[in-house]
Amino acid sequence: MLIIDCPWCGARPEVEFAYGGEAHIARPSDPSALSDQEWADFLYNRTNPKGLHAERWRHLHGCGRYFNAVRDTVSDFFVVTYKAGEPRPDAGTEGGDR
Amino acid sequence: MTNRFRTPSGGRIDRRARVSFRFDGQTYDGFRGDTLASALIANGVHLVGRSFKYHRPRGFISAGSDEPNALVDVARDRARTAPNLRATQVELYEGLNATSQNRWPSLGFDAGAMNDLFSPFLPAGFYYKTFMWPAGAWKRFYEPKIRAMAGLGVAPTLPDPDRYTQNHAFCDVLVVGAGPAGLAAALAASESGAKVVLCDEQAELGGSLLAETTATIEGQPAAEWLSQTLATLTARDNVTLLPRTTAFGYFPHNLIALAERVTEHLASPDPNQPRERLWKVRAREVVIAAGALERPLVFPDNDRPGVMLADAGRTYLNRYGARVGERVVIFTAGDCGYRTALDLKAGGVAVVAVADLRAEVTGDLPARALAAGIDVRPATVVTGTSGRLRISAAHLAKVKDGAVGPSEKIACDALLMSGGLTPSVHLFSQSRGKLVWDEAAGAYLPGTSAERERSAGACRGVYGLAAVLEDGYAKGEAAASDARTHAAPGRAAAPASVAKGRAFNAAGDHASADGFIGATPHARNPAFVKAFVDWQNDVTVKDIKLATREGFRSIEHVKRYTTTGMATDQGKTSNMNALGIVSEAIGEAVPKIGLTTFRPPFTPTTFGIFAGEARGDLFDPVRKTAIHDWAAEHGATFEDVSLWKRAHYFPKAGEDMHAAVARECRAVRSSVGMFDASTLGKIEIVGPDAAEFMNRMYTNAWLKLAPGRLRYGVMLREDGFVMDDGVVGRMAEDRFHVTTTTGGAPRVLAHMEDYLQTEWPDLDVWLTSTTEQWAVIAVQGPKARAVLEPLVEGIDLSREAFPHMSVREGRICGVPTRLFSVSFTGELGFEVNVPATYGRAVWEAIFAAGEPFGITPYGTETMHVLRAEKGYIIVGQETDGTATPDDVGLGWAVGKAKKDFVGKRSLERAAFFRPDRKQLVGLLTKDPRTVLEEGAQVVADPKALVPVPMLGHVTSSYMSATLERSIALAVVKGGRARIGQTLVVPMPGRMIEVDVVEPVFYDPKGERLDG
Repeated sequence: MLIIDCPWCGARPEVEFAYGGEAHIARPSDPSALSDQEWADFLYNRTNPKGLHAERWRHLHGCGRYFNAVRDTVSDFFVVTYKAGEPRPDAGTEGGDR
Repeated sequence: MTNRFRTPSGGRIDRRARVSFRFDGQTYDGFRGDTLASALIANGVHLVGRSFKYHRPRGFISAGSDEPNALVDVARDRARTAPNLRATQVELYEGLNATSQNRWPSLGFDAGAMNDLFSPFLPAGFYYKTFMWPAGAWKRFYEPKIRAMAGLGVAPTLPDPDRYTQNHAFCDVLVVGAGPAGLAAALAASESGAKVVLCDEQAELGGSLLAETTATIEGQPAAEWLSQTLATLTARDNVTLLPRTTAFGYFPHNLIALAERVTEHLASPDPNQPRERLWKVRAREVVIAAGALERPLVFPDNDRPGVMLADAGRTYLNRYGARVGERVVIFTAGDCGYRTALDLKAGGVAVVAVADLRAEVTGDLPARALAAGIDVRPATVVTGTSGRLRISAAHLAKVKDGAVGPSEKIACDALLMSGGLTPSVHLFSQSRGKLVWDEAAGAYLPGTSAERERSAGACRGVYGLAAVLEDGYAKGEAAASDARTHAAPGRAAAPASVAKGRAFNAAGDHASADGFIGATPHARNPAFVKAFVDWQNDVTVKDIKLATREGFRSIEHVKRYTTTGMATDQGKTSNMNALGIVSEAIGEAVPKIGLTTFRPPFTPTTFGIFAGEARGDLFDPVRKTAIHDWAAEHGATFEDVSLWKRAHYFPKAGEDMHAAVARECRAVRSSVGMFDASTLGKIEIVGPDAAEFMNRMYTNAWLKLAPGRLRYGVMLREDGFVMDDGVVGRMAEDRFHVTTTTGGAPRVLAHMEDYLQTEWPDLDVWLTSTTEQWAVIAVQGPKARAVLEPLVEGIDLSREAFPHMSVREGRICGVPTRLFSVSFTGELGFEVNVPATYGRAVWEAIFAAGEPFGITPYGTETMHVLRAEKGYIIVGQETDGTATPDDVGLGWAVGKAKKDFVGKRSLERAAFFRPDRKQLVGLLTKDPRTVLEEGAQVVADPKALVPVPMLGHVTSSYMSATLERSIALAVVKGGRARIGQTLVVPMPGRMIEVDVVEPVFYDPKGERLDG
């Protein structure tokens, strides 16, 4: 079981968190202006990388906040966590923290 | 039979404490400190099981957790029966009752042994080849037969009466394994004050030291050093010692699962103690000191009872004072065998011969064996064994230039084998560390770590007592130092620390890394030879070679095809030899073939330990409403809705569910009923942007909803499908009282939080779950107003002042209330929201006030019937995550003029306009007494060619007391266009004709809503 570093509360066990899918996919400000293909991309298509992945987590059984994290999908370890709204940090060109 | 094979003295058993036990119904004696295995061996018993597939007689192979053969069933009573326990790990206690497994009628004569004769027909993969025909016979015939023949122990069928607990523990350094390396590591780590946990799967801490009789450490006998070291560790407050505790799983971020057997070894367990305890240890640093396992040799007939691992023979003698036989032959590929030979000879056992696979035998241990007069035979192999239920002779033959000469039978009652040592890298591999093939060690050793751990001692190929102690000490120091310099698991990496180290003065015989991997040579016809690689799954050399001939090259494929290494011992004794055989068969070096993955658990672990306290009433939390106890007192039956207990119906004496529900329905339609709706999810949405937020989250228009009004809201997912619904009250310009479905409340709140926090953080809105804060009492029926009017203060209940779909704040029975004028029954109705603590009092007051009108409490079943009569949907029943608002007749609730809301863009997708979408309709059976089954399929023409095209399915179906006939809701392809048609619901043995109708069966104009 991973330990996840909530940017608000600190290190907590994985069971307190809920996964929220890929991060940095902003909802279009005017969905009606999008073609079907563009809307489908927003709804369904994700990068699914092997390696570093920016993703959303929610400290569900804690502060309740959504935040973002970069996790290495190969090692499963987190590289960095950061508050929602902040840009993806440059950190994490190497594998995850153990 | 009284311990004929027991030595007159020595060993760690307590010879003053005689223990009586039973095996297969026969009573034997042993001593405290014995395992079941050592006590049976002391009594001359080696036949302890039958093999899985061929039912061949089997005896002990090892003295530890790697034992593949000696699996027994230990029963205290019928509920406390544990199958598949390794006799080598079962501690003896007075009255222990063990039985052998997989034999019928008895261990000595087993009818299943005829499988051994049929073995030419049971090759590798025979499951896949043999049971293909006729179709369907696998399930009906072969599988049940095979399951009855094969298999291991039998699980008890009674509930487990014992208690299991779970602990969370945190430490600086966890040391796994309390042999010399682990003890030294724990000593070093705890020196600095670090919090240390030291665990070991055995009853006694000490590992290999427990079987040392001649070794010395710091000038003392090993046993003496061991007891002093344990005393030192015990005296340190920062050290926790856990014997009988197996580290069975290594999980991310140094979470290690330990299974502690608390009372298994006691004759009369204290009922206040748990049977087992699961430790979830989060360690900053881990030292793995798991030791090494001795490898068997793979030669013909190597599964005869009496054929054992050499070091096991030494352990039984030195630790338990039990001789494995009187005349012993040793077959060895390295020096391990000689250590055993010398100890056995010193212990009074006749060592008839040592067959050494090596052509040249040099070194100290063999020289001492020769000097002791032992018949040492270099370049010699065992080509077979004689005997049936016990070995009676070993067949020895010389190997010269790769050719095996004629064999000589040497009478013996035990044959001890040693193929060298396999470092126990299981935990390291579970931690996802990379294993590296080490040519010098002839073994896979820990390479790059994935977790904050280090291996010490034999599990990383370090042999020799002094070297192991020094390695353990250095690793313990380093672990403690690293634990100090990094903050917490999951945080920044630590600088590599330098250990000062400590020199140990130790002397003892130790094994070299010499060994052999694969099958030893013989000159016999391979077709008639069984040389076992995996004892527990009955896999022979022949099976593995067959697999390679059939094209399997990857060890992962060979493993699955032959099942080698897939038994409960996870191939502790078999994996390396299987690799060697594949390597030879396909002509590739061992490291090229790869290694199978090690997975938890290290040894079989009980279900009880995982369940812990989470069973029975504690399995899940139970949520009860404020009115629950009243309902229970008034005879309600309850149903589970998510975690809630909801009153299902209120039967009177002699009523079944049907009669009770019919009565409850008639009461609501004709007079008045009351219903506990407290389980509805409730969310308070507050803030200057509350209306804007509602507007974006729900399909409906909210901006113009006046305070004091209610609206039925529909929530979509972004993909346009219905997610939830509920009635929403606007309490003020900036405040909404939102209700959700009972099961959907957490999901809806999370959905709202997601959008509020991540998409629209600029909106000034707060969301608060108020589900538990409000008790909700629905009062429904033409007399509802008359019942409530005398109880309510400050609210005019007249239709003019308080129209349908309104909310008013005031008091009821003196308690503040949010009173909703709303109906989920189609009758005049109110929902009384009061603070939950007043729920029961207000409920009782309403019940009393309603008595003149015959007010009737009703449950969820009646609620369902009444709403179905009105065609009101239930999200999750009429919808299944693929229904749009229009599909279920809620198109009217979608704010067409709104620019955007969650899911709006998806509603424009072309697929949502197809005429054959499944749409909500009503179904009326031609026979009004027939009630359809929910979930039943709807078709147009049952005589159509198979597969008959399915049009949809029945979503809700009830007998309506009001309409005096059955009614049903269904989703049917192009359903609205089919209104007026007759369709068919095919059921086993009959075809039910149904008329497709509008989904509103009762009062379609809604005239009764006003009472």
